[in-house]
Amino acid sequence: MLGVTVRRPAAGRASSRTTAATRRRLVVGGLLLVALVLVTLSFRESDDGPVTSAQNGAAAVLRPFQVAADRIAEPFRDAYGWLDSLFDAHSDAERLQAENEMLRQQVVQGQLARSENARLRELLEYRDGPRLPDGFRGLAAGVISRPAGAYAQSIVVAAGWNDGVRVDDPVVTADGLVGTVSRVGSRTARVTLLTDDQSAVSAVDLVTDAAGIVRPGHGPRAPLRLDRVPKEAVVQVGDTVVTAGWQSPRLSSLYPKGIQIGRVTSVGRTDTDLYTQVQVEPFADLSSLQAVLVLVPADRGEP
Amino acid sequence: MSLALRLAPLVFVAAVVQVSAISGARILGAEPDLLLVTVVAIGLVAGSIPGAVAGFAAGILLDVMLLGVLGTSALILTPVGYWAGRYGETTGRGRRYAPPLAAFALSVAATLGGVAVHFLLDQPVSAREALVTLLPSALFAALLVLPVHRLCRWVVAPVHRYEPARRVELV
Repeated sequence: MLGVTVRRPAAGRASSRTTAATRRRLVVGGLLLVALVLVTLSFRESDDGPVTSAQNGAAAVLRPFQVAADRIAEPFRDAYGWLDSLFDAHSDAERLQAENEMLRQQVVQGQLARSENARLRELLEYRDGPRLPDGFRGLAAGVISRPAGAYAQSIVVAAGWNDGVRVDDPVVTADGLVGTVSRVGSRTARVTLLTDDQSAVSAVDLVTDAAGIVRPGHGPRAPLRLDRVPKEAVVQVGDTVVTAGWQSPRLSSLYPKGIQIGRVTSVGRTDTDLYTQVQVEPFADLSSLQAVLVLVPADRGEP
Repeated sequence: MSLALRLAPLVFVAAVVQVSAISGARILGAEPDLLLVTVVAIGLVAGSIPGAVAGFAAGILLDVMLLGVLGTSALILTPVGYWAGRYGETTGRGRRYAPPLAAFALSVAATLGGVAVHFLLDQPVSAREALVTLLPSALFAALLVLPVHRLCRWVVAPVHRYEPARRVELV
């Protein structure tokens, strides 16, 4: 073993490597330390401190370079933005179309809600106001079904027996008389409109007291007529027709007195007719009813 | 011309372009980080000490131009440049995949480190945003580093020669 030559490690190279590693670590450690010191100073000092001032000064010096780079890059950025928007255009169009559709639906729903709100407010004012006939309470009910054709002059409302509704109860809106309840279910009721052939309401001219019976008219332009008005009675165009609300010891009208029905639109007399021909346009728009009030006698009590 | 004089314009231009031109440009939800890529490339080409110095300078420049807390970016970019240099000096030497791999890994590390530093400094930072853009940003860095690395080699080659590494050291 003594005769064997052994190569010794290159001590000089190892030492140089150690020195390089130490130097490397010192440099990195120093830089990180400086960074930490800068962070600390930057955090702690006020806006007019030396580090912040130096930073602001350096930023001012660098500002022209930034502006120049920004101007050089602007056309490229615009081109990129244009390309990007081109790629996104299709999906944007679809998204906007869907959004547009949704907004349109919301507008329609808003308009419907607004008009419904106005109608219900009118009904509420009518129900709580002095125009509601004495001895009755108004039971608000939404219309859930409308006339399907010219021969079905009735609607179905969302109030029935359980709510205190009975057959022959008058039905009104804030504008005027609508009809009477003709059939009652537990939660719904059918209302026969004034325009139904079976309908007949005792009425008077509010101005002249000329009495008659309101029946359905003979065409779409004359929805109602005031029948059985004597020739000598005075009725003028524009007069308001209201329910007569007569009462006798044994019988009484189905309708309370003084509910508005409509306005006289024409008055005609011929020698051959026994009665004056009076056409009446109803105040209530019977073709687009949304909600009504069922007039329930107050003495019937709450259900 | 010394190495520092050759690398300084590279870092300066990268910082200005990053702040003025690239900042805010989003590609697939991620913002390309030219400055980080340049620091990584310098580290790989020139070594750990030039990498660390370049990272420090780049960080200071960035904070100055963005009027941020001075030193914050330097705290992140200095180790980035250093580790890129160490990787280039040891196992990554001469490997074709070294630049994209280093850029990818150090981009992820820098993003996470940035979130941590900002969090420690009580600055507003969205960890969710950082995590969502983590992978796309790293992929961009891996792609962007290829031309930047080539440029750095071209700039550095006349004044810098590699010394073969015998041993792998992380620090």
